[in-house]
Amino acid sequence: MSSTFDTIANIIAETCDIPRDTITPESHAINDLGIDSLDFLDIAFAIDKAFGIKMPLEQWTQEVNDGKATTDQYFVLKNLSARIDELVAAKSA
Amino acid sequence: MRLEYFLLVDRVINLDLAARTINCEATVPTESTIFEGHFPGFPLMPGVLLIETMAQTSGWLLVAINKFERMPFLASVREAKLRTFVRPGQRLTVEAKVTHDGSGFAMTEASISCDGRLVSNATLTFRLVRFPSPEFAAEMRKRAEAVGLLTDEARADG
Repeated sequence: MSSTFDTIANIIAETCDIPRDTITPESHAINDLGIDSLDFLDIAFAIDKAFGIKMPLEQWTQEVNDGKATTDQYFVLKNLSARIDELVAAKSA
Repeated sequence: MRLEYFLLVDRVINLDLAARTINCEATVPTESTIFEGHFPGFPLMPGVLLIETMAQTSGWLLVAINKFERMPFLASVREAKLRTFVRPGQRLTVEAKVTHDGSGFAMTEASISCDGRLVSNATLTFRLVRFPSPEFAAEMRKRAEAVGLLTDEARADG
């Protein structure tokens, strides 16, 4: 079974045509991989489908805009993977 | 359809919030300045306006689902197919269904048919944004009323 990170990395590679081997757990989706907000909608859709969740993008964006969180907390892929795992766990709890 | 005003949906025939579907009617006008250019001597409904018609139909559905708290803005068009010519005077049935409800965005499958034949279809993505001003929201409510979208519940809420 592939890890959450692998699933997300594969989605990003396929959706944004980014070579898979350049995507690492330390990659920042926006700053390092250059993913824009429209492409991120496609990624969010694929992640929602793959994990059976609704990724709270609006809430995350609001927290960043309000200075309550940094983009690293949500968009560095190892952190994004952890958030996804939390959402999956919360769903099955 | 009032092509010059970009008002492409004439009337909502059916809105099913539980099934997340909508069915609208739109009749292509017999005359429009658009047909002077598209095309001289061979008037055709432009394909981009068929896509816009599907977007507006999807938009009314999303506005209703979001109880007029969010405005859908078209963000992407995928797999759009323009299957046959659409001529002035043709009466179109436009349908849309929400296929994904994301955080701040939604996706629909939309189609247009004429006399039971599929004319066009596409997968559309919308950003769902809070109305930038109360005036804009009020204007959209007025338009919704004009196309027969507003439900009794939405009127009561508004």
